[in-house]
Amino acid sequence: MTAAIGEFFRMGGYGIYVWPAFAFAALVLAGMGWRVTARLQASESALGRMQGRTGKGHS
Amino acid sequence: MVNILANPARFLRLAGAVLPWCWAVAAVSGGIGLWLALFVSPADYQQGDSVRIMYIHVPAAWMALGAYMLVAAFSAVALVWKHPLAHIVAASAVPLGAGFTAICLVTGMLWGKTSWGTWWVWDARLTSVLVLFFLYLGLIALRSAFDDSERGNRAAALLALVGFVNIPIIKFSVDWWATLHQPASVLRVGGPAIHPSMLWPLLAMAAAFMAYFAALLLLSVRAEIAGRKLQALLIAAGRDEQGTPAELRGQAR
Amino acid sequence: MAALLAIAVSDLRLAWRRGADTLMVVAFFVLAALLFGFGLGGDPALLARAAPGLIWVTALLAAMLALERMFAADFEDGSLDGLLLADVPLELIVLAKCAAHWIVTGVPLIVAAPVLGVMLNLPAQGYGVVLGALALGTPALTLAGSIGAALTLGARRGGVLISLLVLPLYIPILIFGVAAVDAVIAGTDAGASLMALAGFFLAALALAPFAAAAALRQASR
Repeated sequence: MTAAIGEFFRMGGYGIYVWPAFAFAALVLAGMGWRVTARLQASESALGRMQGRTGKGHS
Repeated sequence: MVNILANPARFLRLAGAVLPWCWAVAAVSGGIGLWLALFVSPADYQQGDSVRIMYIHVPAAWMALGAYMLVAAFSAVALVWKHPLAHIVAASAVPLGAGFTAICLVTGMLWGKTSWGTWWVWDARLTSVLVLFFLYLGLIALRSAFDDSERGNRAAALLALVGFVNIPIIKFSVDWWATLHQPASVLRVGGPAIHPSMLWPLLAMAAAFMAYFAALLLLSVRAEIAGRKLQALLIAAGRDEQGTPAELRGQAR
Repeated sequence: MAALLAIAVSDLRLAWRRGADTLMVVAFFVLAALLFGFGLGGDPALLARAAPGLIWVTALLAAMLALERMFAADFEDGSLDGLLLADVPLELIVLAKCAAHWIVTGVPLIVAAPVLGVMLNLPAQGYGVVLGALALGTPALTLAGSIGAALTLGARRGGVLISLLVLPLYIPILIFGVAAVDAVIAGTDAGASLMALAGFFLAALALAPFAAAAALRQASR
């Protein structure tokens, strides 16, 4: 059983190329997502505080 | 400036409606795509399991090109019709496109090492995609290089249009020059030349990437709109504190 | 027509008086080749094989150095606005300035190229094609560079930024320029590469002024 799983990860020797490829893609995609959502949260919470404080600017 | 703050509501409503679908498609299609790519699809008779990198590399390449075309299109709209939302969309798409280009380049290098025996070769396809990556970086750098952000937007929009000449070069480079990189197997005249067992994972991953890109794009635009509203409020508050007359205060918005 | 000539001549006179641009370009060109000569000189055969590429790369870098100044002087002293309002189309004005800029920075590169050839052990057959290819390539570099120069007017760190921006346009010129020289040295036909260079030059001649003019217009809004 473990031999089969091990073989799956080895991918006949190509695993050392395939898995880093998938990992890099996942890393970049997650990084982009993180960056966007962090910026969105920061902007919207700052905006919310400003709107609350001044009582203006609500759309 | 007032214009976009006055009516981002329609865009935000649309974005709010579309966004959950984007996440859903990204998750479902991505899940199916990964499962097909890693477990179901066959190993190549020549390249073995290394061909599985293709299911990341090719959709990423499609996204890299597609994102740039989106940037160019919205840049043209921004310059011709001067709609401020167009600049925001273009600016938001650029870093995403750069990310997909990076994925394309790195996964391509890993795949190239197994199938060609080398990490890199200066052939037309690889060189032009690397140039595309630098174009994205140039767009980011140019946009932020000016104190006046509108000037930065206009300059970046122009650059996006000038750089568009690179897109047909990328697409047709494998046809015009003898390259190490293989010719098109999917997006070509005559339809895909690839076996369905490989085509489906490709399309599934492509759909997932597209949906994810769309989701991040919408969120990014939303963030920028919120940032601009905040800026306008800060400016208005600053003017109020300096004691502007009441009849001028309304104009700040 | 007279106005264009006047613009070009005034640019040339200014460059002649300052002398800095030409000097900077040629000095960089020669110094870089010198350094490569020292770095790779231990293996003359390697240097000879690398010479076409080295000459072209240093020519490119030298050309990039001078781009920042192309419109900067007019931008800083406000005469750019005058040019925008002139009767003459802005695109032709850009062409005139490019012509002046090429005379100031491109021609010296072509003149200095044989010296570099000697320093870098360029094979004898290569000299002619290097001069010819540079004669076709350097105007294209200037024209394409004018787009970058116009886009970055007034930007922070404009000089470095220009290099990043014109890179996509410069790389094809580099590739075909080196290919032409390599072909002649190897004894094969350089015609295709030289045609490609000529094509780039003509395309740049036709298109770059429009892009640069558009950039100049939005720079002064």
